[in-house]
Amino acid sequence: MILRKLTDWPTWGWRNPFDEIERMRRDMERLAQGLTGTLLREPSAGVFPLMNVTEDNDSYYVRAELPGIKANELDISVTGDSLTILGERKIHSEDEKANYHRMEREGGKFSRVLSLPGQIDTSKVEASAADGVLTVILPKAEAAKPKQITVKA
Amino acid sequence: MTARETKALKARDKKEIASAAEYTKPGPIFTPAVDIFETEKEITVLADMPGVKAKDLNIDLRENVLKLYGEAESPEGKNEVDVFREYQSGNYSRQFNLSQVIDQSRIDAELKDGVLKLRLPKVEAATPRKIAVKTG
Repeated sequence: MILRKLTDWPTWGWRNPFDEIERMRRDMERLAQGLTGTLLREPSAGVFPLMNVTEDNDSYYVRAELPGIKANELDISVTGDSLTILGERKIHSEDEKANYHRMEREGGKFSRVLSLPGQIDTSKVEASAADGVLTVILPKAEAAKPKQITVKA
Repeated sequence: MTARETKALKARDKKEIASAAEYTKPGPIFTPAVDIFETEKEITVLADMPGVKAKDLNIDLRENVLKLYGEAESPEGKNEVDVFREYQSGNYSRQFNLSQVIDQSRIDAELKDGVLKLRLPKVEAATPRKIAVKTG
């Protein structure tokens, strides 16, 4: 009698024991998304520097936060559909008598190749660095710009 | 002066803080990475705050608490649509308790390429004086 009661209970049975946990995990993720309005973690290639790419009808804009790096210390090159950024962040070490309380900033070499979603016009690319933010403006190739097509009635 | 080792630089997510007091404008607030070191004469704070202009940076020192607050505007134009976003733009805030007394009139702040260099000279120890005792 006891055995029958156990198997009649809807949650016990021969189903995957992890179903409940999967469902809870998905609910938690949905809840977290609802709270913050964004994904918990933005997708990232995990390579320095982190970049944001935006576009409008005429060009792509690539921005990266590179504090302490001057414009002439960067090596930027473009091909038909990709952007390469190379450089090195040097942290100036103070003399031995200085007593460090905190050392959180890091220095080192970095290089990153970013593939763009469309073809660009390599002769008209502009890059500028201001306040530690690098902005690269890549005008789209004529073929890649959106063209309005009128529908004949 | 040697530079710190030149191995490959790793990407780090920006550290967002949830402060007890909310700011009036919504948006994420990040803690900037800082280097703090002290010599005999002064304390120097170097903070990475990319995207912050000198006019949007508030440095406040009162009662031995140093507060840094920098506003970084979103650099995107109005018509731009996100293709790929790996970091957020937001304001930077950090506070430190200073153990030493600082000579406020000689504080020097410089913001270049998104790096704030803040030099806080320590108060010079009072020069010892001999005090003459009057008799009579």
